[in-house]
Amino acid sequence: MLLFQHFGRYLLFLSSMFSKPEKPMIYVRRTFSEMVEIGINSLPIVAIIALFSGGVSTIQTSYQLIASWISKTVIGSIVSDTVILEFAPTITCLVLAGKVGSSIASEIGTMKVSEQVDALEVMGINSIGYLALPKIIAGVIMVPLLIVCAMFLGIWGGIMAGNFTGILPSEMFLEGARASFKTFNVVFALIKATSFGFLITSISCFQGYYTEGGALEVGKSSTNAVVYSSVMVLFADYVIAQLFL
Amino acid sequence: MIEVKNLDKSFGDKSVLRNMDTTFYPGKINVVIGASGSGKSVLMKCMVGLIEPDKGQILYDGKDFLNIDYDKKREIRKELGMLFQGSALFDSLSVEENVEFPLKMFSEMKKEERLERVNFCLNRVKLDKANKLYPSELSGGMKKRVGIARAIALNPKYLFCDEPNSGLDPVTSRVIDSLIEEITEEYNITTIMNSHDMKTLFDIGDYVSFIYKGELEFTGGIEDFRNNDSPRIAEFLGASYFQR
Repeated sequence: MLLFQHFGRYLLFLSSMFSKPEKPMIYVRRTFSEMVEIGINSLPIVAIIALFSGGVSTIQTSYQLIASWISKTVIGSIVSDTVILEFAPTITCLVLAGKVGSSIASEIGTMKVSEQVDALEVMGINSIGYLALPKIIAGVIMVPLLIVCAMFLGIWGGIMAGNFTGILPSEMFLEGARASFKTFNVVFALIKATSFGFLITSISCFQGYYTEGGALEVGKSSTNAVVYSSVMVLFADYVIAQLFL
Repeated sequence: MIEVKNLDKSFGDKSVLRNMDTTFYPGKINVVIGASGSGKSVLMKCMVGLIEPDKGQILYDGKDFLNIDYDKKREIRKELGMLFQGSALFDSLSVEENVEFPLKMFSEMKKEERLERVNFCLNRVKLDKANKLYPSELSGGMKKRVGIARAIALNPKYLFCDEPNSGLDPVTSRVIDSLIEEITEEYNITTIMNSHDMKTLFDIGDYVSFIYKGELEFTGGIEDFRNNDSPRIAEFLGASYFQR
């Protein structure tokens, strides 16, 4: 019952974001600034995760494919497909749920408990629209772009690991990657990334906005934002895979 | 003028305000007093639209705030200024940006005009060298002054002050009091102030509404309040340090 209550409240939260903005340009500027915060500032951590996950999957795939009759180009195929289909969108978004989700929830939660949200409302500003909408739009735009970066870097990490360890030369890796490449896989990954971007930002804004109390509750909201968005990313990952594959 | 008529508010089974009926006059400081938990803050939050009352009317110069559509309500809200208990300055914005914020959102002023107005407001609250500081770099009294500057930036008709002296030393409290008094008279604002501070009440208050356990015990002028023989008022006044 509580689950339905929360879900209903979440839908009401989303619907109340949309009202005629006071000054549309202010919202556009806020969206750009959130795009920097959510996108550009997350690039270093996304790059590190993508490089290492690509490298590790090359080494582990090679370890599992011990039969001599299997061409080493298969490693390139498996690693690039895995990176595009799963590692880049899902693993990256789980990390983003931690980084971006906690930051959004604690920022809005602190504003809530220190009456800054009330100050916006008293001024006649739709606080949900002002605080959450730019973050959600920024998440929906920037997370897919981060995922595209993660795809390139993940595959590059796989190539580098193959080269450094002598498992396979980069030409063989790329040959395998090209052989199995399907445009649909990239489209599928971008659908996932857009959905995950929406889920992470909207759930975190929701958790932050309904914070009540003090510093302790801000911490709880931040933790809830990370936990709920991670669980919803995994759930959506399953649903989207079931629907599209 | 703001009129509150038959206002009721409950949270679950707990009735917080009952049959609240009072008037707040323009160009005057209308002080709402009462013990902690008596319902002062809930009344103020109902009046500014942060809490929806269960029943009753709130009339802003005759306009029923509770029974008008969102856009009209927003128009009234643009005429409100509020000084919060904890100042509620935006942490991520500097002092200048905090005061500029309502102007940016609601006025058609150009950047230079906005900055001129910001400097005027900061100057008005005697805080003219803090433009580039952030709220975390300000003292409690400075925060309150920035809060007042932000509240008056759009020339409000109604100014709400929620415990403006809480957490301030007596000297700074008096500075804030005189600022509120001067601004109220200068711009003919309807000022509504929640306070526990009896010195503030008797120094700058014009009208008083005394709430006792969610019900209005007294409303009227300061002298009438002082001379009232209600045992509840006597108990409240007697308990305050100022009266001892």
